[in-house]
Amino acid sequence: MVSGLTVSERQWSMAILVIVAFVGLAMAAAGANRADPMQAHGFIVLLFSLAVFCFVLRDYYQPEPAAARLASYYDDPSKAGIVVAMLWAVFGMFIGDWVAWLLAFPDLTFDAAWSSFGRLRPAHTTGVIFGFGGNALIATSFHVMQRTSRARLPDQFSPWFVLVGYNLFCLLAISGYFLGITQSKEYAEPEWYADIWLVIVWVVYLVLYLRTLARRKEPHIYVANWYYLAFILVVAILHVVNNLAVPASFAGAKSYSLFSGVQDAMTQWWYGHNAVAFFLTAGFLGMLYYYLPKRAGRPIYSYRMSIIGFWGITFFYMWAGSHHLHYTALPQWVQTLGMTFSVMLLVPSWIAAANALLTLNGAWDKVRDDATLRFMMMAAVFYGLSTFEGSFMAIRSVNALSHYTDWTIGHVHAGAMGWVALITFGSIYAVVPWLWKRERMYSPVLVEVHFWLALAGTLIYVFAMWNSGIIQGLMWRTYNDSGTLTYSFLDTMVAMHPYYVARAIGGLLFLLGAIVGCYNIWMTIRRPSELPAASGDIPLPVNLQPAE
Amino acid sequence: MDIGHYTLVGFAKSFGLFYLLALAAAALLYACWPANRTRFDKAARDIIEDEDKPWR
Ligand code: HEM
Ligand code: HEM
Repeated sequence: MVSGLTVSERQWSMAILVIVAFVGLAMAAAGANRADPMQAHGFIVLLFSLAVFCFVLRDYYQPEPAAARLASYYDDPSKAGIVVAMLWAVFGMFIGDWVAWLLAFPDLTFDAAWSSFGRLRPAHTTGVIFGFGGNALIATSFHVMQRTSRARLPDQFSPWFVLVGYNLFCLLAISGYFLGITQSKEYAEPEWYADIWLVIVWVVYLVLYLRTLARRKEPHIYVANWYYLAFILVVAILHVVNNLAVPASFAGAKSYSLFSGVQDAMTQWWYGHNAVAFFLTAGFLGMLYYYLPKRAGRPIYSYRMSIIGFWGITFFYMWAGSHHLHYTALPQWVQTLGMTFSVMLLVPSWIAAANALLTLNGAWDKVRDDATLRFMMMAAVFYGLSTFEGSFMAIRSVNALSHYTDWTIGHVHAGAMGWVALITFGSIYAVVPWLWKRERMYSPVLVEVHFWLALAGTLIYVFAMWNSGIIQGLMWRTYNDSGTLTYSFLDTMVAMHPYYVARAIGGLLFLLGAIVGCYNIWMTIRRPSELPAASGDIPLPVNLQPAE
Repeated sequence: MDIGHYTLVGFAKSFGLFYLLALAAAALLYACWPANRTRFDKAARDIIEDEDKPWR
């Protein structure tokens, strides 16, 4: 990997790693001075950068890559990103399943502070969303942007900076929860220094994307790139605004948000819902719009629909966040606004889902035979399902029943497992043989096994939560003849127990599927290539005139 | 920073509506403009068919 960098890029990497190591040292010293948990984070930053430094140093004297490299795409960062994404998947889903068992059997914290529910839960959400989802998005975006632009990445250093820097952020986030470091904003838990680091990484990512597009040989920018770009750009805006905060001290982890009261709540859920829209949806739609037509060998059913859907999603989602704050101190009209936009959102969402399914219409034999394509097809189905459900739950009177219950959790995982994870697995199974130049995955049977484990796991999970959520909601609002509540909270907990066990079993199946996937990917990589490099999977020469 | 609640509501309810209508119109026009059709069809096809060959 290091041998792919030019000598000056290697020097750049080492210089930056030294700077980061010193920042880590300073953090450790400052934290130690005040007995602040930042000390531990300082050491993590220090060790991380030293480890990467040694890695670069080991191959520093390797010969420079030949100029011929410029005639091919640069895929090393995509390959690394996919492997890392799968490792995060196993970690995040393992913690998720632990949390699921913990909710059924509360003793499973083993009396330690770090393993309490409040710390494990964000470790799960961050592990799966940012660790698994984020790395998969970065890795596939590098692959898609080069292919659709027919241009190689502009340099070899910045993609590595993005990937490695991003994983340092994930590491700081998750280790922070176990240490008790959090801003207490859901999906934006990491503290100020980690947030600043992510801003730097993200700006490099955005600039890298724009530089690659600027080098493109295709005059038209393929729609998948629009979705990836919306993901990068909007996540940058969301992240910066929601994390505006004043550190209590530069030598400590604690900070205070710039917002307070209902403004804080609104900013948080504007962030939170758009994180769903642009982190968990837009980028993955980018995957869908590239890998699904590619794998099916058929162009997308309607390119027009994909454009209309794109603008619908980008402009409607922005206003939908207040449906998380129904019946709160938020002004009524803001709640109504959020509700209205959420219902309208169904249109662009179903445009995307329908576009995917109509693309497959006429190729159902392929879907039947090819589990990879079936992953993508099921993802589109769950995308349609969870957006329908979301629009429904956003209606204030429906939300009165669903809010605070497991119904929300069911909705979340119909989207997260059914849509996000399935489209990711499908795309990974499609891209791994292309990247490593293999004829196919090591074992198509294991892909099939993974598909059924994932589908069964998702269905068990979602049905368990629908049941428990609605029962829970109804029990909470049942009054008896004398006008008092019929059920105590404890009664509802007892009623939930069987569903929690079922959910944990479903989650276990899903986790097993991911482990099978890891093994299959690993064996595909290790097997020697029997395929000559796909002829012509290369960028066009630099000074080619654009057509027309 | 002294924007009153009602000013903000008034702005959101008047300008907001027309701004979104205009955006919707622009997006629809762009997507459905007949002259764009060939370009879109080509873009959709190109990722499947020509990807492995240099273009023209
Ligand atoms: C093995 C599969 C999984 C299991 C067993 C699992 C389990 C759980 C559990 C037990 C919770 C806490 C629910 C509660 O507080 O009542 C949770 C929350 C959550 N999980 Fe998962 N999960 C899995 C996969 C995923 C995936 C793949 C994603 C995202 C891509 C995801 C995203 C989330 C989110 C966003 C929440 C927070 C929901 C909220 O606050 O409303 N999960 N998960
Ligand atoms: C049209 C699209 C969608 C709409 C209108 C929508 C609407 C909603 C509503 C009303 C809630 C419950 C808020 C509450 O009562 O607290 C919710 C929660 C949630 N939804 Fe969706 N949803 C949509 C699509 C999706 C998709 C595709 C995903 C995942 C990939 C997703 C992930 C989530 C998450 C993670 C939460 C939990 C937030 C939390 O409380 O932590 N949503 N959504």
